[in-house]
Amino acid sequence: MIVELGHFALALALLVALAQGTLPLWGAGRGDRRLMGLAAPAAVAQGALVLAAFAALTYAFVVSDFSVALVANNSHSAKPMLYKVTGVWGNHEGSMLLWVLILAVFGAAVALFGGNLPPRLKARVLAIQGLVGVGFLLFLLATSNPFLRLDPAPADGRDLNPLLQDPGLAFHPPMLYLGYVGSSVAFSFAVAALIEGRVDAAWARWVRPWTLAAWCTLTMGIALGSWWAYYELGWGGWWFWDPVENASFMPWLVITALLHSAIVVEKRDALKGWTILLAIIAFSLSLLGTFLVRSGVLTSVHAFAVDPERGVFILALLIVVIGGSLLLYAVRAPALAPGGLFAPVSREGALVLNNLLLSTAAATVLVGTLYPLVLEAVNGAKVSVGAPYFEATFVPLMVPLVVAMAVGPLLAWKRADLSGAMGRLWIAAAAGILAALVAAWLSGGRPVLALLGIALAAWLVIGAAVDVAERVRLFRIPAGASLSRARHLPRSAWGAAIAHAGTGILVAGAVAASAWKAELVEVVPVGGEVRLGGYTYRLERVDSVPGPNWRAEQATVTIRSGERTVATVHPEKRFYPVQAMPTTEAAIHTLWVLDLYVVLGDPDGKGAWTMRIYHEPLVPWLWIGAAIMAAGGLLSLSDRRLRVGAPARRRLPAGAARA
Amino acid sequence: MRRLVYIVPAVVFALIAAWLLAGLGLDPKALPSAMIDKPAPDFALPALGDVAPPLATADLGGEVALVNVFASWCVPCRAEHPLLMRLAGEKGVPIYGINQKDKPADATRFLAQLGNPYRRIGVDANGRVSIEWGVYGVPETFVVDRAGRIRYRHVGALGPQDFEPLLAMIERLRRS
Repeated sequence: MIVELGHFALALALLVALAQGTLPLWGAGRGDRRLMGLAAPAAVAQGALVLAAFAALTYAFVVSDFSVALVANNSHSAKPMLYKVTGVWGNHEGSMLLWVLILAVFGAAVALFGGNLPPRLKARVLAIQGLVGVGFLLFLLATSNPFLRLDPAPADGRDLNPLLQDPGLAFHPPMLYLGYVGSSVAFSFAVAALIEGRVDAAWARWVRPWTLAAWCTLTMGIALGSWWAYYELGWGGWWFWDPVENASFMPWLVITALLHSAIVVEKRDALKGWTILLAIIAFSLSLLGTFLVRSGVLTSVHAFAVDPERGVFILALLIVVIGGSLLLYAVRAPALAPGGLFAPVSREGALVLNNLLLSTAAATVLVGTLYPLVLEAVNGAKVSVGAPYFEATFVPLMVPLVVAMAVGPLLAWKRADLSGAMGRLWIAAAAGILAALVAAWLSGGRPVLALLGIALAAWLVIGAAVDVAERVRLFRIPAGASLSRARHLPRSAWGAAIAHAGTGILVAGAVAASAWKAELVEVVPVGGEVRLGGYTYRLERVDSVPGPNWRAEQATVTIRSGERTVATVHPEKRFYPVQAMPTTEAAIHTLWVLDLYVVLGDPDGKGAWTMRIYHEPLVPWLWIGAAIMAAGGLLSLSDRRLRVGAPARRRLPAGAARA
Repeated sequence: MRRLVYIVPAVVFALIAAWLLAGLGLDPKALPSAMIDKPAPDFALPALGDVAPPLATADLGGEVALVNVFASWCVPCRAEHPLLMRLAGEKGVPIYGINQKDKPADATRFLAQLGNPYRRIGVDANGRVSIEWGVYGVPETFVVDRAGRIRYRHVGALGPQDFEPLLAMIERLRRS
């Protein structure tokens, strides 16, 4: 009964979304306040209905109702409760329902928190949000209905893919989707602005918090996914340029660009057409990501629902949403009044450079990801999808970006003094050289490119500190006065500096983990020892351990450095009988500058086990860096100016609004 | 003129959409190949260290075999690897490897970790020979019959559902 109620709520949500997507839009065109006023309650109702549907499905999973096909295929009565709940989105139908839920909740949030929006803009934004919802609700109900029943119901379920039964992955999809779908708000604002025919500082200020929120959650979502791959897949990598990873990374790059170009719109009233385009592209890439993952167009280890029929539906949706908005852009964007002028060397100039590099990087990843379809479009030469391509194209774009990231915030608006800014960054340059020297001393000086990477990371972190120091005029005015300035510095300024510093830490982690990873594979008898880089690993024993829906061989490994015992860890090999699938549970002991990563391999049948040991330098810095970036974003989000919203719009000459 | 610039994004998207549409029409798991029923291309590739002997056209034929294009940097290759191990170990299917655009040290480590299902491995460092075979990306798997002709091509990772059909096809080719 509850399942049918969920199904009904979903169908009702479609009708509400249809009303939300059409009536307010019509009303906004005619200036009908009653029709425009429908948008907010409709958005809230749609959010509540989809939430009810999601709750119903969650209930079916929690009580293990195997008469629901989706539950029978993806759950098992012996599964721990956490994974029964997370199993809701560990499959195609459920994850699409989560997608729609987040879309509807964002719409409801705009309706509830958008009190200071002009009614016409608000009606249009919510209508666009509603129309996107219509598309996805149709997709869900027509091709991916999660509420279908099974008759007769099986006695027990087929269980969730064991790789997905993991706390890291439990929260990875919701975070990722919050980011993906969060970009829908910026998209709706962009399309609404195109319909209205104007973009101004106030518009940019309304869009920024939503973009920032999407960016923070997407950053965390990607980091969680990378963390999961790192410890769960058991081969010690953290980024594989997998199509599904790229699908989340491309929107991230574009949202990052959008975040920065929106500043230029807000402060200088320039780059308007470009910012609108970025907002459209960010959401388009989120949709494209959904398409790539769901259609099976690309083969990937992640693709858990390969179904061309769904692919056709999503592609049609893509063509309507993206194609439609880009056509609207082609027609309306040229009419947007060009804004303030600026010299190439200026804050605006630096942000344009940021945008160019980030969007080129996104295009690079896009080409690499679509390669199997694009084939020989790039000058006839065959380029492989995979690490070699991305390392050759993506990394060279990031180097100038990181160099410029430290300089940009020190430049003045309109026209800036580059040599002055560089002069103030001498300490960051010195820190970079020092860091490279330390890294060279620790690593033996190779590879040289990694030393450059470490230097860039230090340059960026200290550069961010210099930015704050400059703003508070540290050492140039009395310390008390500096402190007072620091206290009154806007949170968005702190947030930006912190996010930049976090990027520096992440860069250091990425460089060190790629360049100085050490590993060892050896067959070790119980009681035997192996050595890697100053650490001794002793395989004490291997025990059989039962779990709720698996059994495991669990090793006890003592790690020593000289005479000192560093840690005792327990890598496992698990076997999930329902899916007949083994997984490795790596044991990771982190020293914060180095991860000791121990994996238990196969037994050789004569009392010895294959052991794989990795030393992963600075890998924790990747997650720390990403967390700091997101924290910077959240701090910026809490800035009073964003909460209070924008000052009243300037009045436009009569008639301009309908231009 | 200025207006034309604003149409560019829509045009670019139209191209991408056309590509995606074309891509959808193709079953990603069974791309047709111009090479089907043709003799394997002429090639000779150097060995991967002392992991396995080298691979050349002359090594194919005589026995129904799989030719698997792989690389250590390729995630789906890791996913399909246990299946290759089963085919080679339990079923005794001869599997030949083409190691595409890989560092020999990485490839050696990859096989040391996951096991080596390959009788012979050819190192295709620049991907030239893979192009001869018409490979789109890694992994790809070909079935070569006793006459040394390519009879089947599988694009992307082999999954558990491919195990039985693949075995059946090999059995059929062995008997014919």
